[in-house]
Amino acid sequence: MGGLLKLSVAEATKRIAAREVGAAEYFEAWREAAAGDELNAYLWRAEEGEGGGEGPLGGIPVAVKDLFCTEGVETTAGSRILEGHRPLYTANAVWRLAAAGAEVLGKTNMDEFAMGSSNENSAYGPVRNPWDRERVPGGSSGGSAAAVGGGLAPCAIGTDTGGSVRQPASLCGIVGLKPTYGAISRYGMIAFASSLDQCGPLTRDVTDAALLLGALQGRDPCDSTSVGIEGGVKAPAREDLSGLRFAVPAELAHDAIEPGVRAVFEATLKRIEELGGEIAEVPLPHAEHGISAYYVIAPAEASSNLARYDGVRYGMRVESEGDVVEMYESTRAAGFGDEVKRRIMLGTYALSSGYYEAYYGRAQKVRTKIAGDFAAAFERFDFVVTPTSPSVAFGLGEKTDDPLAMYMNDFFTVPMSLAGIPAISIPAGLAEPDRGGPRLPVGFQLAAPAFAEQKLLDAAYALEQAIGFDAKPGEGADG
Amino acid sequence: MAGELSGILEHVDRIDELELDDVPPTSHVVELENVLRPDAPRPSWPREVVLEQAPDPADGAFRVPSPQAD
Repeated sequence: MGGLLKLSVAEATKRIAAREVGAAEYFEAWREAAAGDELNAYLWRAEEGEGGGEGPLGGIPVAVKDLFCTEGVETTAGSRILEGHRPLYTANAVWRLAAAGAEVLGKTNMDEFAMGSSNENSAYGPVRNPWDRERVPGGSSGGSAAAVGGGLAPCAIGTDTGGSVRQPASLCGIVGLKPTYGAISRYGMIAFASSLDQCGPLTRDVTDAALLLGALQGRDPCDSTSVGIEGGVKAPAREDLSGLRFAVPAELAHDAIEPGVRAVFEATLKRIEELGGEIAEVPLPHAEHGISAYYVIAPAEASSNLARYDGVRYGMRVESEGDVVEMYESTRAAGFGDEVKRRIMLGTYALSSGYYEAYYGRAQKVRTKIAGDFAAAFERFDFVVTPTSPSVAFGLGEKTDDPLAMYMNDFFTVPMSLAGIPAISIPAGLAEPDRGGPRLPVGFQLAAPAFAEQKLLDAAYALEQAIGFDAKPGEGADG
Repeated sequence: MAGELSGILEHVDRIDELELDDVPPTSHVVELENVLRPDAPRPSWPREVVLEQAPDPADGAFRVPSPQAD
C-alpha cells in the first residue's frame, strides 16, 4: 500500500488506466491514509470509494476544501453558521473533477469563509502543520495544504482570494497554483470576495498541478465571469529557462523577510540563472499598497456576500424573543466567528455613505495602479518572482492577537490577486525559523500575465526539476 | 475589537500618500463583453427539497418571526 501513496497523480492515472493498479485499491489506500488524520485537516471523509471513473484523472481521490458545495455532503465553509448544511448541488469545479474521473476523498478544514492566513479561524479547530504540529499550516486552504503535505491526500483543491492557495502550499512544502481570475468557474464555491475568489490546485508537484488545472478550467454558463483557458493545459515539459526574463520587484530589498526565507529566495534566483534565465529588478511601486487595498475591497465584497446568512432559508438559526431582525442578529452573533465579524464591520464601514469614495473608491483605484505595475513589468519580462510568504510557518497562537500582523502574511500574494493574474508557489528549500528550531519549507512564487498558465507551469516545472526539493515532514532537521 | 479595527484603518489610510485623482477604478480584471445565454426555461428545485434545508419550514414556505413583534 505504501508504494501506491508515493506515486504522483500523473503516474497513478497512467497505472490505473493501464490496469496495473486497481482504482478501488488506490482509493482505499488513500482513504486509509486520510483516516489517520492527526492534523485536523479533514472535516468530512468518504467512507467508501467507487474508484472514480474514466478520464484524465481516472481513479484519483481529491481532497476538497469545505468551501465547495457538494450535493448531500455537509459543507460548512469552516463556519458554525453552516454546521450540518447539505447543499442541493455540487460546485462546478468538483463536478469537473468528477467528470475527469476523480472522486472526492474528503472535505478539508479551512479558515471560516476563507478569511485567514493560519487556519486558526476555523470554527472546527485549527489545522496543524505536518512539518511541526505546534505551527500553523497557513490559510485559508490550510486543511487542503496539510492533507497533501502530510500524506493524507494525493492532491487537493482550495480557493485563493489573496493568497489562500499559495501561502499554505508554501508553508506545507507543496505546490499551489492560483489561476487567472476567470479560468475556473466559481459556481458552487461559497463566495467571500467575488471579484478576487479563484479555485486552484494544491499538489505535490507542478505536473500534477497542470493535470488538475486542465480538468478544472473551462467556461461555465452558471458563472458569467468564467472564460476558461484557451487551448487547455498540457503537461509541462520545459527543461531550461533560456530566453526567459524574470523580474524581481526592486522594493523587495527593503521588505520585511525572514533571513532564512531570503537566503532560499536568492539561491533560487541563482538556480534560474544557471538554467539560462535572465534576472533583473523592476519597480512595482504600488505593490506595497496591496494589503491596504485588499483589506478594503475583500471585506466590502464579503459584507455583501455574507448578508445571505440570516437563519431563514438554510444553515443555523438562533431564535429570539423579538422580531425577525432580532432573530437575524442573534443568529449572526452566535454563528459567525471574530474574524468574520471584523471583516463584515470593516466592509460595511468602507461601503457606508460618506466613506465609500475614501475607502472603496480609492482602493479600486489602487487596484488599477497595481495592475498597471504588472502590465509594465510584463512588457519587458516573462515573470515576476517573489518569496511566497515573508516567513516560514509560524507558531499556533503567535499572531492571533494582532490581525494586522496576520494580514501581512499576504504581502507577496495579494498584488497578483488584485491584478487577477496567475501565480504559482513551488517549494524551493528549507529554512530555519527566526527564533530557531527545525528547518521548514520555503515557497518561491512566480507570476505571469493573465491566461499565461502554460508558460508559467512550464517554467515552474523546469525550476522544480533543477531544485529537486525532496524533503518530507519529519526529516526537515537534517534534510 | 474597536482598537483592532482602528489599527487596520490606519494602515489602509496609507493609500492617501498616492495621487489617485485621475485614475479609473478597477472592479473587474478580465475584460468581458456582455455574456448571454439562451433564454430557455429550466426546471427549478422542487419546493420540498429546498425546504429540507430550512431551519423552520411551514406550509410550503420559510417561517420567520413577525417583523413587528410586540
